[in-house]
Amino acid sequence: MAEIQLKGISKSFDDNKVIKSLDLSIANGEFITVLGPSGCGKSTLLRIIAGLESQSSGDVIIDGREVNNVRASERDLAMVFQSYALYPHLSVQQNLMVPLKLRRLSRLERFPLLNWFLPKRSSKMIELNEKVLQAAETLQITHLMERKPGQLSGGQQQRVAVGRAMVREPVAFLMDEPLSNLDAALRVHMRAEISELHRKLKTTFVYVTHDQAEALTMSDRMAVMMDGEILQHDTPSEIYNNPVNLQVAEFIGSPKINVLPAESDSKGGITCMGLPISLSMKTPKQGSIMLGFRPEHTELLSSNSNNCFEGKITYKENLGSDIYLHVNLKEDQHKMIVRSEPDKALDAKIGDMVKIGWMVDKVMAFERNGQSLPTKSKS
Amino acid sequence: MKQRTKLGSEAGKHIVLIVGALVVILPFYLMISFSFKSPSEIQSISGGFFGAQEMMTDHRCLKAGRSEVECTMLPIVYNYRAAFEEAPLLRYLLNGVIVTLSIFAIQVLIALPCAYALAKLKFWGRDVVFGLVIFCLLIPVHAIALPLYLMLAKFGLTNTFAALVIPWTISVFGIFLMRQFFKTIPDDLINAARMDGMSEFSIVWKVMLPSAIPALLAFAIFSVVAHWNDYYWPRIVITGDRDLMTPPLGLRMFKSDMDGNEYGPMMAAATVIVAPLVVAFLLAQRRFIEGITLTGMK
Repeated sequence: MAEIQLKGISKSFDDNKVIKSLDLSIANGEFITVLGPSGCGKSTLLRIIAGLESQSSGDVIIDGREVNNVRASERDLAMVFQSYALYPHLSVQQNLMVPLKLRRLSRLERFPLLNWFLPKRSSKMIELNEKVLQAAETLQITHLMERKPGQLSGGQQQRVAVGRAMVREPVAFLMDEPLSNLDAALRVHMRAEISELHRKLKTTFVYVTHDQAEALTMSDRMAVMMDGEILQHDTPSEIYNNPVNLQVAEFIGSPKINVLPAESDSKGGITCMGLPISLSMKTPKQGSIMLGFRPEHTELLSSNSNNCFEGKITYKENLGSDIYLHVNLKEDQHKMIVRSEPDKALDAKIGDMVKIGWMVDKVMAFERNGQSLPTKSKS
Repeated sequence: MKQRTKLGSEAGKHIVLIVGALVVILPFYLMISFSFKSPSEIQSISGGFFGAQEMMTDHRCLKAGRSEVECTMLPIVYNYRAAFEEAPLLRYLLNGVIVTLSIFAIQVLIALPCAYALAKLKFWGRDVVFGLVIFCLLIPVHAIALPLYLMLAKFGLTNTFAALVIPWTISVFGIFLMRQFFKTIPDDLINAARMDGMSEFSIVWKVMLPSAIPALLAFAIFSVVAHWNDYYWPRIVITGDRDLMTPPLGLRMFKSDMDGNEYGPMMAAATVIVAPLVVAFLLAQRRFIEGITLTGMK
């Protein structure tokens, strides 16, 4: 159990600034996900917390103690790696035993041959064996104890890696894309299991991923990271519904959010591509702005509707539960993705003209530079 | 038509390989064959591979005043008995084992941490150091033999095991080979070990060493073969003391002890000296080839 604080962390490799003055505070027992596209510095950040990489400047504080110069092995954190990084020459049981032995036994008690003569060792070993067995039971890998990692499937290796992190009861877990090597079905399953594990252990989890589904489903809070900066740090629903800027809005959500240009007048009224909208700015400012709205907040309208968007279907994605239509708007080159219930769009064909409406209260406004603008519905 | 040319080229390949194999095997064949035959058979090049194995009488044995019955035996027995009796062959073999094993053990002790540092740690000047390692690979032993000898002589170490072992304890080849292998071990594994609480030295011995066994085995064979067979260096630093001689050096001494045409016992001695290596190679053949190619690993 630990709270972790990062203050002004920056990291450069040669001239390449990977992390730019980053602050993040992680509460005790929280499950926080650092989400970002590959190459945004999120893994580097995790390694800085772990102590495997040293920051160029800034402080890492774990439980109020500054650990900048504390070695990885002494920070009492556990890490699960993307490649699992199990010791290939040791059995599962021995793999789980390694961290325990290193922490609980003295140097003398780990010394080969000599250690047989130390009186306390055998009782300690029994205790450690029990702990290993407990962890194995929690993860349901007791039947694999004698196997080598090479004889395990990806999912089983993943469990062992989690087990190895778990056995020594670290103050926090760090996970570096632990599920990205698993197949889709197993990934969904392990997502639930890791969440469950977090509920059981009540320990701080820092989870790095590029998969927004993992971030949205598992985390208490998530930090969206891009180009070495944390753009937004909030609960998943807040980030999904009120992104601070267009970058975050475009990164979170699949399929991607629709963005259209719009005009705002001095009274705060908004017109989008010639259509007046029942939405206004909280702080009126004349100029051009952007409107973002998610595919699920659009709908197909009947062909006799007025005051709506019109466009030609260019692509149709049928996911079974939903159908996504990619539409080129009539007026210009703007594109839009529309989600529809299957029965409404079943006979829509590529090349058809459709009319599209949206839920105005879900529309978000952004400045030209991407900053989010507060809006209110006209009543 | 096509098939015939293919067959032709296959046959061509095999002919070349067979000729090559014969060239390599022939001396071995002669060595083993000579070690079975009587002196007269060796002289007249008769008797096939095994020789006729007719009873023969050892003249020197008679001269020593022993009875005729005692001195009459099969040529093969004569050759091998002479090999072990005329020279302290077992002593040479033991010396060979002591020297090659201590060289290898110390080489590993030094090369593994070096290779780990060069492959996985970041420190200032690492590339320069690695460049030096590569550079040292290019230095022939013979070029530095004299200064090495002088240094050992200054420390009074000539005619000791130390003189045979110390110059070889730092194997740049070993460092290079192991470094290349360590490069293929994922960083995550090392980071995981660090998170588990291992010190850097524990990582070398408990994580890197066990995963590098194939490469280490290849290195072991290179090292052991080279130093078991080494004639040049022992010849320089061991000048008098027979108790320190390694097998190849012993063999040379053996030749000058016996009268010039005693090829039978000499070849018997040579066979005994070569045998451990051949047996070791046959036992470890698969791992050895695995280690040298270093592909298909992981």
